[in-house]
Order: sequence, then C-alpha cells, then structure tokens
Amino acid sequence: MRQKKYPRIFNILPLLLPLLLSGCGSALMAPKGEIGSELKSLILTAFGLMLIVVIPVIVMTLLFAWRYRHSNLMAKYAPDWSHSNKIEVVVWLVPCVIIFFLAILTWKTSHSLDPHKPLADKEDTLEIQAVSLDWKWLFIYPEQGIATVNEVAFPVDTPVHFRVTSGSVMNSFMIPTLGSQIYAMAGMDNDVHLSANEKGIYPGRSTNFSGAGFAGMTFDAHVTSEQDFQAWVDKVRNANDDTLSFPDSYRQLAEPSEDVPVQYYSNVSPSLYKDIIDSFRYGDGGQGAHAGEHDEVAMSAEAAE
Amino acid sequence: MATDTLTNHSAHAPEHEHHDTGAIKVFGFWVYLMSDLIIFGSLFAAYAVLSPNTAGGPTPEEIFELPFVLVETFLLLFSSFTYGMAVLAMNDDRAEQVRNWLVITFLLGAGFVGMEIYEFHNLVVEGFGPDRSAFLSSFFTLVGTHGTHVTFGLIWILVMIFQVSTKGLTDVTRPRIMCLSLFWHFLDIVWICVFTIVYLMGVL
Amino acid sequence: MFGKLSLEAIPYHEPIIMVTAAVIGIVGAAVVGLITYYRKWGYLWSEWITSIDHKKLGIMYFLVALVMLIRGFADAIMMRSQQAIAAGGAEGYLPPEHYDQIFSAHGVIMIFFVAMPMVIGLMNLVVPLQIGARDVAFPFMNNLSFWLFAAGVILVNVSLVVGEFAKTGWLAYAPLSETAYSPGVGVDYWIWALQISGIGTTLTGINFFVTILKMRTKGMKLFRMPIFTWTALCTNVLIIASFPILTATIALLTLDRYLGMHFFTNDLGGNQMMYVNMIWAWGHPEVYILILPAFGVFSEVIATFSKKRLFGYNTMVWATVAITILSFMVWLHHFFTMGAGANVNAFFGIATMIIAIPTGVKIFNWLFTMYRGRVQFTSPVLWTIGFIITFTLGGMTGVMLAVPGANFVLHNSLFVIAHFHNVIIGGVVFGMMAGYAYWFPKAFGFKLDEKWGKRSFWCWLIGFYMAFMPLYVLSFYGAMRRMQSYENTSWQPLMIVAWVGAVIILLGILCTVIQLIVSIRDREKNADVTGDPWDARTLEWAVSSPPPYYNFAHLPEVNSIDHFWEMKKQEGFAAQAPTQYHDVHMPKNTAAGPIMGIISIVFGFALIWHIWWLAALSAAGMFVTFLMRIFNDDIDYHVPAAEVERIEREHHKRLEMQA
Repeated sequence: MRQKKYPRIFNILPLLLPLLLSGCGSALMAPKGEIGSELKSLILTAFGLMLIVVIPVIVMTLLFAWRYRHSNLMAKYAPDWSHSNKIEVVVWLVPCVIIFFLAILTWKTSHSLDPHKPLADKEDTLEIQAVSLDWKWLFIYPEQGIATVNEVAFPVDTPVHFRVTSGSVMNSFMIPTLGSQIYAMAGMDNDVHLSANEKGIYPGRSTNFSGAGFAGMTFDAHVTSEQDFQAWVDKVRNANDDTLSFPDSYRQLAEPSEDVPVQYYSNVSPSLYKDIIDSFRYGDGGQGAHAGEHDEVAMSAEAAE
Repeated sequence: MATDTLTNHSAHAPEHEHHDTGAIKVFGFWVYLMSDLIIFGSLFAAYAVLSPNTAGGPTPEEIFELPFVLVETFLLLFSSFTYGMAVLAMNDDRAEQVRNWLVITFLLGAGFVGMEIYEFHNLVVEGFGPDRSAFLSSFFTLVGTHGTHVTFGLIWILVMIFQVSTKGLTDVTRPRIMCLSLFWHFLDIVWICVFTIVYLMGVL
Repeated sequence: MFGKLSLEAIPYHEPIIMVTAAVIGIVGAAVVGLITYYRKWGYLWSEWITSIDHKKLGIMYFLVALVMLIRGFADAIMMRSQQAIAAGGAEGYLPPEHYDQIFSAHGVIMIFFVAMPMVIGLMNLVVPLQIGARDVAFPFMNNLSFWLFAAGVILVNVSLVVGEFAKTGWLAYAPLSETAYSPGVGVDYWIWALQISGIGTTLTGINFFVTILKMRTKGMKLFRMPIFTWTALCTNVLIIASFPILTATIALLTLDRYLGMHFFTNDLGGNQMMYVNMIWAWGHPEVYILILPAFGVFSEVIATFSKKRLFGYNTMVWATVAITILSFMVWLHHFFTMGAGANVNAFFGIATMIIAIPTGVKIFNWLFTMYRGRVQFTSPVLWTIGFIITFTLGGMTGVMLAVPGANFVLHNSLFVIAHFHNVIIGGVVFGMMAGYAYWFPKAFGFKLDEKWGKRSFWCWLIGFYMAFMPLYVLSFYGAMRRMQSYENTSWQPLMIVAWVGAVIILLGILCTVIQLIVSIRDREKNADVTGDPWDARTLEWAVSSPPPYYNFAHLPEVNSIDHFWEMKKQEGFAAQAPTQYHDVHMPKNTAAGPIMGIISIVFGFALIWHIWWLAALSAAGMFVTFLMRIFNDDIDYHVPAAEVERIEREHHKRLEMQA
C-alpha cells in the first residue's frame, strides 16, 4: 500500500494556498481597511494555533498506519494495550490549552471587532444607511441629503457607520475587502462600522441568499480622497431632479428588478430610512407608539433567544 | 453457532426473554412525552418572544377573561382526578368502574375543549383571529396545540372505553390505560404552564 | 376540486427535468416489469414491505439512501458545471429559477434523504444485534418510521415533475420562505416532505433509546456496550431532544403560509430572527446526529482491523456524552453576523471551540488503537484513515469559523461550504461507506468486492480535495455561496478545478455501483459462511450472515467488553451443538405501516396543492388504519423450538462443511 503516502501529501498543499496568495488581490488576505486587517490576523492566528494539533495528527496518522501495517512483523504488537494515563493527560490537556488561548483571543476580538462598536466619535464618523431591496442596494446619505442605488462612496481613512436594514427579505451587507458583514432585516436597524485605509474601488454585495436576483446584487464602494468625495456628492446632487421619498417613489424603486444599473437621487426625504423600518414594525401605514424616536439596536435581546 | 458458545455452560433454563413489555411500553411513552414537552417548549418560547408584538391589535389584557379560564382549568384539573380514579379502579381489577371513570373524564375534557373552541370562535368573530398579529398567532397556536392534544386524548379515551368494555383489563389494555394516564396528566401540567404564562401573566 | 393543481404544474418546457422524468419513468417501469415477470410482488410484500425486522428495515433505509445519493449528486454536478461556466456576465445553462431549486434540493436531499437514512439504516441493522436483542422495542413503530421516511422521499421526487421545489436554501429561512416572497408550492413541498419524514425520525429516536436502555442482553451493562451502540444511544438522545424543535418550527411556518399567521413574516409583528434561532437549535444537533454514528463506525472498524482493543473505551464514551450535551449549546455560531452583541457571540464561539476538545480526544484514541496493532488496509480502514485526516482539517476550519471575528468575513462565503462538506464528506460519508463495507456481509452473507471498494475510496478522496480546496481559496477572494453566476472571471479557473473534482467523485460513486454488481455476481466466491468474516469483536459477528430472523437462538450472556472476542480467544471457533432450543416470541409483519406511509404521501401532496377534501380524506384514512392496528390483537407469534433448531442445525452443517 505504498502509494497511499503520496496523494495524501498533495491533498494538504492546496489548503496552504491561502497563505501563499496573500497580497495577490485576495479580499480577505489583502484587506484595505483597519477592521479587515485585524480580521486577517485573527484568521491566520487561529489557523496557526490549530496547526499545532492538526499537523501532528496527520503525521501520526500516516506514521502509525504505515509502521503498524499488518505485514510489518518487526513492529511491536500489543493487542490488549488500550489504556495509558499519560496519553490521556496529553490528549486532553494540549487541546485544552490551545482552546484556552483561542478562547481568550475570541473573547477579546469579539469585543474589539464588534460590528456595532464605533471606530470614532460621532462627529468624525460618516453615516450611510443601506437598505437591501429586491435585488439591489439603496444607499441613503442622511447628512448629505442624497441617495444612490448600487454605488456607495466615502473618503479614505474615515470611519463609516453603516446602518443596515431591508425592504424585503433577509440579506447581508458586505464589502469583503474592508471587513465584517452584518445582516439586513426588515423592521430592524442593524449596523456595522468600517473604514478603508487605501483608495480604490472595492466590490460589495449581499451575502445572504435572497431570491432570484441574488447573484446580481452587487455594488461598488468607491474610496476616495476627501475632495473627490465632496465632488462625488455634488455630482449626485446635480445629476437630476429625482427625489426619493416614502412611500411613492420608494415603492416604485422597491419593485423587484435584477442587475440594476447605478442610479442617483439628488434629493432624499430625511425620514426615509426610519419610514422604511417603521412600515414593517407597525404594519403598513406606520402608526405606532414610537413615532419620532430612533430605534435602538434592539437586536441583542432578541437575538439572544 | 457461536450464539451457543456464548451462552456458556450455565444451565440457562427458561429464557428471560420475556422482557416486561408493558413496562417497556410505558417507558417508551414517557420518552415520547419528553419529545412532546420540547414541542411545547418551542411554542412557549415563540409565545414569549412574540407576545409583545400586538401590531396595533388587541393586547392580552384586552382579550383574556380570567373567570372563564378558571372554569376551564377546573374542568381539566378535575378530569385528571377522575382519571386517577380510573387507574385506581384498574389496579383493583374493576373494569366497569374503570369504564365509568373514563366516561366522566371524557365529559369533563370535552367540556374543556368546548369552552376553548367557544373562546377562539368569539375572538375570530371579533376580528382578533390568529392572522391579526404575531401575539395572536402565538397565542392561538400554543393554546390550540394543547387543545388539539386534549382532543386526541378524548378520542383515545373513547377507544379505551370501548376496549375495556369489550376485552376487559388485559396485558394489552392495561399499559394503554397507563400511557393515556401519563398523557392526560402531562396535558394537565402543560395547561398549568399555559394559564400561568399566557393568561395570568398576560393580565397582571 | 384540485386546489392549485393543474396540468401546467408539469414543467413540459424544461428539457433537463423532462429527460430526467423520462429516465426515472423508464427505469421505474423496467423494475416494475421485472418484478411482475418474475412474480415477486408477493415476496416483496410479505418479506420486505410489511417487514418489521430491523435488519430488513436497515437494508431498505440504506438502499433508498444510495438511490437518493444519485439524485443529490446529480444536483451537485449540475451546480458545479453551472459555476464553471457562468463567469463574467455569462448566464450558464441554469437560470436562477432552476439553480435556486437545485441548491436547495441538494442540501435537503443529502441531509434528510441520504445521510440520515444511512445513519438510521446502520443503526437499525446493527444495534439490536450488538446488544444481543431479537429486535427493537417497538417493531411496528420501526416499520412506520421507515414508511414515513419513504413518503418524504417520494414527495421530494414528485416535486421535480409536478410543480417546483423550494428556492430558499435547504433551511428555508423566513421571510423568504413566507407566502409573500415564495408564493409557489416549492416551500410547501419542503414543509411536508420534512414534516412527515421528521415524525418518522423522532419515532426512531424514541424506539432506539428505549431499545438500548431496556433490551440489552444479560450481563451487558452500559459500559460493556460496543462503542457503535454508545454513539447510537447518544444520537437517539439528540434526535429525541432536537427533532421536536424542527417539527414545531416547520409547523409555525406552515401556519404562516396556510392560515396567514405572523410568526416569521415581515409584517404584523413576525420575527425572522426567531426562525433562524429555532431552526438552528435543531440544525446544530442534527449534524451531530449525523457524525456520532460515523464516529461509532470508525471505532468498530479500527479496533477490528488493528486486531486490537479500542484505545480508551471509557474516554470515548465520556467524550461522546460531552459532545452530545455541548451540541445543544452552540447553535448561534450559525449566525454570528445577525448582530447579537459581543458577549453573546463570544459565549457561543467559545462553547463551539470546546467541542473540539472531546472530538480531538476521540481522534487520538483511534490513532492509539492503530499504535502497536496489526493494521490491515481493507477498504473500511482506508475510509477510516482518509476520515481522520480529512475530518481533522475540516474540524480546524470549523474552529476558525467559531471565532466570531473571523466569522464576520467568512460567513455565507464558500469557506463555510468547503468546511461543512469537509466534515460531512470526510466524516459522515466516509463513515457510512466504511460501515457499508464492514456490515454488508452481515446483512447479505457475502463480502463486497475489495478492489472496486478501494477504487471508490481513492476517487472520493482525490475528488473531494479537488472539489473543495478551491472553494476555500475562492472564499478569500470574496466568493459567496448560492451564486448562480459571478462577475469576477479570475474565479473561473478554480471553479473549473472544483468541477473536475466533482467528476472524480462521480467516478467514485460509479465504482460503488459497479462494486455492488460485481459483488452480487461473485457472491459465491466471497461468501461469508461463518458469520465472522473479519475476525471481529462484537456480538453481531456471533450469528450467521445473514442472521436468522430471530437473531439469536439463545440470547447471549456477556461479561466483558468485546465479549465475543474474549470467547473466541478462550474456546476457539468451534461450533458446539447446543443441548436445548426454546420457542421464540416474535412480532408479526404488518401492512399498517406501509399503508399509513402511502396515505401520508397523498396527504402531503393534497396539502401542498390545497386540495382540502383530499387532505381531510387521507388524514381520516391514516387515522382509520391506525385504529385498525390498535384493534388488531394478532400481532405476534411464537416460533416453535423445532423450527429454531432446524435453522440452527443448517447453519452448523454449513460451518462443518467449510471447516
């Protein structure tokens, strides 16, 4: 059974490719933002810690199978030997220790990389509201009073607060090169904080399957200098006279459509995001006890069910 | 072949093959009840999450009538007592008594179900059916699932009344009466949770 | 009159479906024709369809699973081919309308109608024999469980030609699965196929739990049970505790869709997060239901073929119990990105990692079973070695995913797909293939052809790595799951490599098919005369292959782990003529199970198409059938001692002839 050894080694190599490919345009291994960078090192650290166990296991498997093969009469044969305290201690303890370190890492990074955690003070953060529709992304800039479809832009080295909701089914907002994703759900106001440290155009998309047009639910994130960003805002403001407001023009936009080209709205109603959320929370019509209030991220309590 | 080498040389007289099938049936039914408990647990969890979501419709205080629920509760609790009497009669080998107690239990249980259907009907007619809000969906489903279980129990009681009348108390009918007993008391306990968590806590 | 059903429900203009339907029709007609020609309907009915014999039910479960593997794999290869060509604006040959059904059906079929029945089939065949029992605690319920499962299989296959399947993914998340966003019948097929077969599974869980606890033969204390039985016990605990959650969740979705309720809808107070929580509260234990029996298989196989006691028996048991308990505490790791706070995410992440510890211990125990053993590289051992390496890698990627931060960028990507195929193929499939080869002779009286078995293994091993390693890589480039097409053409080469891997796996499946044909052809040559072809350790090898229908003429009395092995060491393999035989009490076959199963198909179909009168009628039919069973007193019989003696003496004669 000699040939058994060779293919197994080939089998492991492809898994090492991610390491070799860092910096070759890989979204996760060549991130363009602070969050993304920390996530990359987290992934590699976890990978490395696990290899401490995985590599010996694979080596031992091949070694033991080979050495104790039936035809090898030179190897010691101990058919009733089935217990060893020393071995038990090692095989329980070593994984425990590794998991202990991983647990500490997990606790720390779950907090430091919490999507809800702001990256800076509110004044220094740009707020963009993202709404997943069938099958495109609506971006609302509340401070600038504009809205776009399938295109988002923000300045480099600027913390961005994405507030995320859905106008239809469950989606997930993600710009892979920049870091964490967060679910978009109707009637709920979710959020994720991201920033980019390099200018460029980065693909973004929904990652949670949402129906027929899901594959085309992509957008581009343009990360530019502060000036170019202002220029972009002006471009959108002056693009046309379209106003996006609730309910009429919004409902029109929300009609199902696929592979939707980039669209600009030079004006947007200031309460549009809130209106969209309320329309689900309180049934169509939007009457409810919380009119005029910002909804807290009531996610934790509910999601902890 | 080796089955025989395995039984060894000991004088293995008559087989202890006759596992006590009645006891095994009852044990199996316990296990089934545990799985049913988890179904109810899931429905309680859904109710807990969704009961605040009244969506502009009625709230618990607005639709629950405690006196009515109290009568329902007594019917059911008392029916558990009468079923217990049936089991005592069974242990005393008194088939006719068993049958009588089962009949009374049936009537009490049917009264419970009837009252519940009445309550549901009134709510639906007012426009407060299970499609009105998430709270109402979870209310109707939790309470209705319990009521459906009771209904199946009623059918089972009828079957047992028939079987006890025609076959008497045998190795087949006795375990069935025991299992039904477990079922009936289990439903009683679930009802206690229901009226506490749904009705009492809804109104208080 | 026929609800929503009309002739338009049949997808005439879909060539792929029509061709498939034609093939199924022709093969089905051929099978029916052959059975009729050889006058085997009576035999099939009395020996198999109405059988309450756990061995026959086990065989039927596994057989159906193998057939469904072909359908599930056809879905897989269609998906791989689509993704190999639909790059940079190309639409491929599967529009989303179909692609979305295919990936949903692939997941549902592989989990519910391939992996589960393989696991349940092996448990059925093996567990009563391993504990020295004649059958399970509730044989009628066992039969019913199988036919409810078969009903689910039929419904899922009918969805191919009448109507459509769900286009929501295998777990049908709300609100996409609600009427507002999935108005067709697809989700309803999903609902009823799973609900009906799920009841069957829950009944199996109860059945085997009671069987293992109450029907062990004399002397078989819990800590003398074979490890496969231990893992079966824990698996059934998981089934009993988790399947009711699935039943409840699907029921709530059903109420939303059928009665307009608002459990998970977007409006009037529904909560989609609750669906996700509930479905995964079932979903996570489910994957342990699949893997624990596989672990049990590997324990049996490696001990037998290393000619050595399993290392660390007690630890194996406690590790299995620990995994069972922990598996209920980790479900949130499937949706870290839903937005729960850091504390919640961290808790579930750490709980998930902790499961790696007992799992790792088990792996070391298998390795140390080989250590100082005499390992024979039979195909079950190859599957085992392949498993240890592959599953370890898959487990590693699982621990990586368990770190919430890492999860934030890996969730919903091809990394997740690669991870779970890594552990399910490397763990469950390899385990089932090992169990299939290992216990085949016990079921049928002859061994499977080793050569084709090994070829199948190599194809699966190489094919798996080729198909899924590229997916790990692609995930780092931002490739997500469930994508019918993608813009970035630089992903295409690796997609093509993955497709080649799938083709190699297909060759592996073909090898298994050929193996079966060749083995049947060569059955005389590979006959298992003694009942113990592998010189194994546990009780199932102490009876003939196949066993007599009553399993043991005399229920054995054990006084150690691997009692059979100890006895062989002491007394040699001599066949002793016993002194006395006794009557054996056995359950009778029943038609109630298959009838209820068939009616449940009509019931499900009627509900799917909103044919209310038919649904009510079939519900009544099932109820009446059940009542008839309740009122039937003629459900068991005694096998006369003379008959038992006759069968046993025949077996002894065969043994003597061979010796």
